Amino acid sequence: MTAQEVRLCGLLLQEHFGEVVERIGTHLLRGGAQNLRTIANETNTPLDLVKKSLCVLVQHGACEFGSGRRGPGSPVEYRASCERVLRVLRYPRYIYTAKTLYGDTGELIVEEVLQRGHMTMSNTVKTVADRLTHNMEEGRSMEYSEVVSAFSKLVETHFLQRCPPVAEMGTAATSTTPATPSTPAAPASTSPPTAESNPDCYKLPHVTLIGRGKRRRSSDDSEEQRGGKKAKMDSESCGDEGIYWLVNFERFHQHFRDQAIISAVASKLDQTSSEIVRTMLRMSEVTTTQTAAYTQPLSANEIFRSLPPNYSISRPILDQYLSLLVDDPMEFVGKSGDSGGGMYVVNLQRALANLARATLESVVQERFGSRSARIFRLLLRKRHLEQKQVEDFAMIPAKEAKDMLYTLLSENLVQLQEIPKTPDHAPSRTFYLYTVNQLPTARLLLQHCYKTVANLIERRLFETKENKRLLEKSQRIEAILASLQASGAEPEQLTEVEEMITAPERQQLEALRHHINKLDSTENQVDETVFLLESYIFSTKTK
Amino acid sequence: MAGLGHSRGRGKGYMSFSIEAVGIGKGENLPPSILQPTPLFPPVEHKPVPLVMGEEAEYMLALKQEFRGNMKNLPFYVRPAVSKKDVERYSDKYQNSEPSDNTIEWNPDWKRLPKELRICVKKALKENTSLSVETTVDPKPRKKTRVDKEEIIHNLETLEEEVTSDEEEGEKKKQEEEQQDGEEEYDEEEFEEETDYIMSYFDNGEEFGGDSDDNMDEAVY
Repeated sequence: MTAQEVRLCGLLLQEHFGEVVERIGTHLLRGGAQNLRTIANETNTPLDLVKKSLCVLVQHGACEFGSGRRGPGSPVEYRASCERVLRVLRYPRYIYTAKTLYGDTGELIVEEVLQRGHMTMSNTVKTVADRLTHNMEEGRSMEYSEVVSAFSKLVETHFLQRCPPVAEMGTAATSTTPATPSTPAAPASTSPPTAESNPDCYKLPHVTLIGRGKRRRSSDDSEEQRGGKKAKMDSESCGDEGIYWLVNFERFHQHFRDQAIISAVASKLDQTSSEIVRTMLRMSEVTTTQTAAYTQPLSANEIFRSLPPNYSISRPILDQYLSLLVDDPMEFVGKSGDSGGGMYVVNLQRALANLARATLESVVQERFGSRSARIFRLLLRKRHLEQKQVEDFAMIPAKEAKDMLYTLLSENLVQLQEIPKTPDHAPSRTFYLYTVNQLPTARLLLQHCYKTVANLIERRLFETKENKRLLEKSQRIEAILASLQASGAEPEQLTEVEEMITAPERQQLEALRHHINKLDSTENQVDETVFLLESYIFSTKTK
Repeated sequence: MAGLGHSRGRGKGYMSFSIEAVGIGKGENLPPSILQPTPLFPPVEHKPVPLVMGEEAEYMLALKQEFRGNMKNLPFYVRPAVSKKDVERYSDKYQNSEPSDNTIEWNPDWKRLPKELRICVKKALKENTSLSVETTVDPKPRKKTRVDKEEIIHNLETLEEEVTSDEEEGEKKKQEEEQQDGEEEYDEEEFEEETDYIMSYFDNGEEFGGDSDDNMDEAVY
């Protein structure tokens, strides 16, 4: 939980849940596990607001609760998870991926579940059907069964999973006797149950949902209220209470990682090799665990049979492509045996490391120039080099090489390693070697990325606040225009209302929108780098 | 520290390691040391690469902005209750539009949360009962008012006259301290004329003219 991470989490919480939740959230992130009273006292917030914020945080999975440190009798303690809050940055990418895989229905399902934290299946299906019906033409509505089929596809491919069951929690006030150890979940497991530990986590409930989406008319609010009440009563009779579904981020991350590898192969070699790698990854989707270093070995025969039908390449050509992939210095594919025409694996860990390395190199290149990048790459490959050797290998004149090395050193991208010749470490008799360590440098860059995104968000908030008056005015005028158009007004009235915004104000608004869009899409792009570096660092942790 | 400062007097400066090893030659010009903090916006030598544009990027941008907008309207966006800085107004009682701190606008599954987080919606119930009974100022405990309610209903049923409930309630308030049996007779007297005023109080002035005839020398006010 570095300072940059906490700052970014705070900004994300503020944008999505308001300032109260932000205050409570950052306090939890900074202070570790705390109980309700401590939080209320230290943040000077009324107890009810604290309770509400904690409910919101638990609903969205950002906070977990467990029995206190002093045993089952002590008050419940709450723990916030920094990693989970940072996922909020990646929501648009998840929704877009669901759209590319499962169409509009899938997109809306994932969006609804992300907005609400976790939902029951019946609730999701109804809301999504209503939303789809709203966007369709008059007279057509969406069948529940279509939404249910999209939902089941998402569950089958593990993109959605059930919420883990909650252990029985008793408060200090109610338990006069200490909690009996016969309850299965309580003292035995010190860590909260994860979703994966539940054997049913991908099982669909047996619920029959028959119906169509309801079209909501914007004009009658009373009907909406009555419809809302009816919907509430309907959901109570649906039969899948207590079974909540949430988005399985790890599965999406696996998908992104596969995409990154495939596009890397496509840009380094050619389209056909990327198709081969895609086939291999698809075949090993279910057999590979998330933290595996490489996929299960696949024989060339199997790969040949599973290639997509429109890629009809002959068997010897496939073998040639596979040997090309194995010989490539990026080491995406490795050969693990000769049976069955050759057993091949995709080296996931090494691929991630290479992708992270390429990211680091490109960052150095863009910030310091191509010659500094040459020095950086040299040091990555040759590990330790003296000043003189750097100049010789990089073929850069001494003075400039020195300058660049010092710049990189001051930015902490390059480190100095001392190797003493004598035990007294005399400076004249010590080797000073320049070196680059990939993992610490990747961590450093990741923190830079978090800081970048936090700065982008702050700038966007600042721009919005500066022009608040103008934005409010334009919103009011749009509302007036919309209501006039709905009630059928003449064009003169409309132009009159439109002219209430002067031309320079219009220009200012345009510029503001342009800036905000740019800042927003920059955040999305930085998040792609964040994902790559995070995956690399995570893959090195689990040994 | 003192030693270092002392030695800085001679030449370029004496450092703890040999500067040749790191690559600074003898007598070479080093850049001068800077004695102020780095500028706030340093000049950027290499411009950053332009953003990725395209359909995908624009769609994700739209998704992101929509998501943010939607989150602001959901009940998960917690806004603290704004306390009214104005004078207390009578209409506040009937105009409870702002969500207050001790209500929660959505229904979480309370079984999945610890018991201490449970926020029960109590205020709404209180409002309902008080409005239907219309006893706004009621210092007596609940049991007494319920007994009074029964009395009122009983009285309404036994009496044949139609009266407004306000009148009865006003009566009840006045009569709460006294015996409740005497109410029946009192009611009959009043309800004869269906007015708010007690009949014996009112002097309708028919005798007015007669009295003044005898005492003409007194001024009439």
